[in-house]
Amino acid sequence: MMSSLPIMLPAYAEIFLLAMACIILIVDLYLPDGWRDLTYVLSLATLLGCAVLTVVVTAWTGGQLAYTFNNMFVSDLMANTLKTFTYIAVAGCLVYSRVYLADRGMYRGEFFVLLLFATLGMMVMISANHFLTLYLGLELLSLCLYSLVALDRDSAVSTEAAMKYFVLGALASGLLLYGMSMIYGATGSLEIVAVQQKLEQVVSRPYEKTILVFGLVFLVSGLAFKLGVVPFHMWIPDVYHGAPTAMTLIIGSAPKLAAFAMAIRLLVNGMIPLAVDWQEMLVILSVLSMAVGNLAAIAQTNIKRMLAYSTIGHMGFMLLGLLSGVVGGNRLSTADAYSSAMFYSVVYVLMSLGAFGMVLLLSRAGFEAENLSDFKGLNTRSPWFAFIMLLLMFSLAGVPPTVGFYSKFAVLSAVIQAGQVWLAVVAVLFSLVGSFYYLRVVKLMYFDEPQDRAPLRAQFDMGVLLSANGLAVLLLGVLPGPLMQLCLHAIKGLSPV
Amino acid sequence: MQATTPWLSLAVWIPILAGLIVLATGADRNAREARVIALIGSLAGFFVTLPLVSGFNLATSEMQFVELTPWIERFNVHYHLGVDGISMLFILLNSFVTVLVVIAGWEVIKKQVAQYMAAFLIMSGMLNGTFAALDGVLFYVFFEGTLIPMYLVIGVWGGPNRVYAALKFFLYTLLGSLLMLVAFLYLYGKSGGSFSILDWHKLPLGMTAQVLLFIAFLAAFSVKVPMVPVHTWLPDAHVEAPTGGSAVLAAILLKLGAYGFIRFSLPITPDASHALAPLMIAMSLIAVVYIGLVALAQADMKKLIAYSSIAHMGFVTLGMFIFNAYGVEGALIQMISHGFVSAALFFCVGVMYDRVHSRLIADYGGVANTMPRFAAFMMLFAMANCGLPATSGFVGEFMVIMGAMKTNFWIAFAAATTLIWGAAYTLWMYKRVIFGDVANAQVAGLTDIGARESLVLGLLALAVLWMGVHPAPFTEIMHASVDNLLQHVAASKL
Repeated sequence: MMSSLPIMLPAYAEIFLLAMACIILIVDLYLPDGWRDLTYVLSLATLLGCAVLTVVVTAWTGGQLAYTFNNMFVSDLMANTLKTFTYIAVAGCLVYSRVYLADRGMYRGEFFVLLLFATLGMMVMISANHFLTLYLGLELLSLCLYSLVALDRDSAVSTEAAMKYFVLGALASGLLLYGMSMIYGATGSLEIVAVQQKLEQVVSRPYEKTILVFGLVFLVSGLAFKLGVVPFHMWIPDVYHGAPTAMTLIIGSAPKLAAFAMAIRLLVNGMIPLAVDWQEMLVILSVLSMAVGNLAAIAQTNIKRMLAYSTIGHMGFMLLGLLSGVVGGNRLSTADAYSSAMFYSVVYVLMSLGAFGMVLLLSRAGFEAENLSDFKGLNTRSPWFAFIMLLLMFSLAGVPPTVGFYSKFAVLSAVIQAGQVWLAVVAVLFSLVGSFYYLRVVKLMYFDEPQDRAPLRAQFDMGVLLSANGLAVLLLGVLPGPLMQLCLHAIKGLSPV
Repeated sequence: MQATTPWLSLAVWIPILAGLIVLATGADRNAREARVIALIGSLAGFFVTLPLVSGFNLATSEMQFVELTPWIERFNVHYHLGVDGISMLFILLNSFVTVLVVIAGWEVIKKQVAQYMAAFLIMSGMLNGTFAALDGVLFYVFFEGTLIPMYLVIGVWGGPNRVYAALKFFLYTLLGSLLMLVAFLYLYGKSGGSFSILDWHKLPLGMTAQVLLFIAFLAAFSVKVPMVPVHTWLPDAHVEAPTGGSAVLAAILLKLGAYGFIRFSLPITPDASHALAPLMIAMSLIAVVYIGLVALAQADMKKLIAYSSIAHMGFVTLGMFIFNAYGVEGALIQMISHGFVSAALFFCVGVMYDRVHSRLIADYGGVANTMPRFAAFMMLFAMANCGLPATSGFVGEFMVIMGAMKTNFWIAFAAATTLIWGAAYTLWMYKRVIFGDVANAQVAGLTDIGARESLVLGLLALAVLWMGVHPAPFTEIMHASVDNLLQHVAASKL
C-alpha cells in the first residue's frame, strides 16, 4: 500500500503549514502596520489550506494507517479528525482575539507566526508515531505558547505567568523524556507501535516490568502536566489568569486536543499492554482533578481563574473515558471508551473556545473583563450574547439539551460499562458541585443589574462566529449522533484498538 | 398503532417553536407581539393535544400514538414517543395550564415579557416531551432540560430571595437526576444496549441491583415530588417564584416525580418496590400528617399552599405504594386534581399579590367585602383543597383512603386525618384572608377581578367541578394502563 502513495503524503498539511508560516513571517516584515489584516487573512487562509490538504490526505489514504519518515509520522483517521478540529479551534482563536490584540498593541506579525508554529507543533504531536516526533511536536507547541504568554512584554503579570509556565513546562518535559528513556531501555525501541509489540512480549517478565512501570510513572506525570490534572495542575490557574485573555483562549482550546492525542499515542498506541497499571494511575489523577477543579472553582471571583479550575475538572472527567478501556485484560470496549474521551475533548474545546470568546467580547480597549461581576446584567445589555453564554455555561455544567451533557453521558456510559459504577457516582457528584459555579455565571447575567451599561460592540466576524459557536453547542446537543460516530470511527482506525 | 399525524411531536415542538419565535420578538417594546404570539402558541399547543383524547383507545394498555426514529445510533438511542392512559392526562393538563399561565401573566409581567413567555412555552414543550418519552435518554434530556427555564423564571421574575431559591431548586433537582442518569446507564448495560423504557420493564434484575436502582430513582423522583425529608426546596421555590412559575411548579413539575415512580420505579424494580414500600408509606404519611401541621403554622399564603402541596403529594406516593387499583388510580386522579387546585390557589394568591404586594395572611382580612367574585372562586378552590365531595379533591383522596383500607386500617386512618388537617389549614387561611372586617386601607381599596382573571379562575373552576362530579372519563382513560401496571408490579423479576 505504501508504495502507491507519494512518500511524504501523510505530512502534506504540516509541510504546507511550515512553508506558509515562513512566508507569513517574511511577508509581514514588509507590511506597513495598517496592513496587518492581510497577515490575519493569510493565516486564516493557511488554516483553510491545511484543512483542504488534510481532507485530501484522508481521501487518498482512505482513512487507513499511512506512515512516513521511517515510521516516525503516522496519518490515521484520528489524526486527521483531530487536526481538522485543531484548525477550527485555531481559526476561532484568531477571529476572537483580533480586536482584543489590536486594542492592546499585540496585533503584530509575531503573534500569527507563533500561533501557526504552535499549530504545527500540535499537528506533529497528533501524528507522532515515535517518541522523538512526539517530543519535538510538544516542544514546538510549548515554546510557542511560552512566547505567546509573554507577548505583552510590558505586563509584569504576563511575564510572571510565562516564566512559571516555562519552568514547570520544562520540568514536565524532563519527566516525559526520562520516562521515555526508561521505556527505551526496556524495549529497545522509540517507535510507538514497535514499543507496543515489544511490550506484549516482555510485559510478563518481572524484571522488565519493574523498569517499565517506573518509566510509565514518569510518562504519565509528564502527560498529566500537559493535560493539567491534579496534582500537576499548579500552573493552570496562574497561567490562565496571568496571560492576556487571547493567549488564555489559545492555551485553553486547541492544545487540549493535542494533549488528548498525546495521551492516546503514548498510553494506547504505545503502552496498552500496561493498561492495568496506567489505568490505576489515571483513576487517582481523575478523581483528584474533579475534586480540586470543581471545589476550587467555587471560590474564584476571576472568571479566567474559574475557567482554569473548570478545565482541571473537565480534564479529570475526560480521563475517566481513557481509563475505562481495558477491563480485566479485555480490550473489547476500548473503542467505545476512547472515543467517548475523544468526543469529550472535542466538545470541551468547543465550549472553552466559546466561553473565553465571551470574555474577550466583554473586554475592550483599556478594560479587561476578568471578574465574574463583569458579567452582571449581561441580559439587559445584550440578550443575544447572554443567551449564547447561557448555552455555553449549561453545556459546561452538562445540562441537556446542550452537547456538554452528551459528552458526560458518553464518558459515564464507558465508565459504567467498565463496571466502575462507584467512579461514575463520584463523577456525577463532582459535576453537581461544578454546576454551581456555572449557574452563578447565569445568575449574574440574568438575575443581577448591570454595573457597566456600555453597549456591547461585536465586530461582525466575531459576532457571527461566537453566535455559531454557541448555537453549535445547542445543535450538537439536539443531534449529537454524527460527531459521536465520527469519534468512534476515528478511534477504531487506531492500530491496537 | 402508528399514528398518521405525529400529534405527540406536535405537542412537544409547537410550544418550543412558539417559544423561540416569542424570544425573537426581543425587547420589551414589542411586549404586545410577544404576548399575542405566546397565546397563539400555547393555544395551538393545547389544541394539538385534543386529538390524543379523541383518538385514544380505552381498551388497551399498549402505548399509543407511537413515534419511533433512530436518534443517536452510537448508543442505540431513539426518538421514541408514545402515551398510555397514565401519561396522556398529564400532557393535557400541562398544555391546559400553560394557556392559563400565559393569560395570567398578560399584564402582570412587565419586565422582559418575551423571555418570560418563551420560558413557559419552552418548558411546556419539554414537559410534554418528558411525559411522552419512551426512551431513557430522551426522557432524561427533557426531564433535566426543564430545569433551565424554571431556574430563569424563579431567578428573573421572582421575589426578594429569588437567587437562593432558584439555586436551591436547581441543585436539589440536579443531584437526584444525576444519580438517575447513572441508573439509566447501568440499565443500558444490563439490557444489552437498549435505552427503551419498555425493554427495561421486562428486564430481569437481581435484588441488590433492584434496590440500588430503586434508591437512585428515589433520589431523582423524591426530590421532584417532593417527599419528606427532601422537600425543603419547594417552599422556597414557591414563595419566590412569580405566580405563573408557582402554578407550573405545583401543577406539573411536581407530577414529574410521581410520574417517574409509576414509569420507572414500580415496573423496573417491582421487588425492591415491594420490599421498600413500608419506607415509602412511612415517608408519605409523615408528609400527610406532619407537613399538614406545618402548613397550619404558616403566615405566608404561598408557603402555606406549598406545604399543602407536599401533603397532597404525600397522598399520591402513598397511593402508589399500596399496590392496588384504587390506590394507583386514586393517586393519578389526585395528581390531576392537585394540578388544577394548586394552580388555581396560586393564581388566587397572585391576584391578591398583584394588588397588595404582600403574601402575608396578616396583611389581609375582609377581602370578601371588596372582591366578592374573587372570594367565591377562592372558596371553591379552598374547598377542593380540603377534599370536599363534588370537587376534584375529594375523588382522589377518597380512592387512596379506600385503597389503603384494603391494605391496613391504621395506614388508612393516618391518611384520613388529612381531611382534618387539610380543612384546618385551608379554611383557617381562607377565613383570615377573606372574611371578617376590612382589615386595612389597602384591602378597602381593592378592585374585584376583571375579565382576564375571571377567565383563568373560571376555567379552572370548571375543571375542578367536572372532575369532582363526573370523574369517570378520567378513570376510564387510565384503567387499562393501571391494571397492566399492577400486574407488572405483582410479578417478581428475580
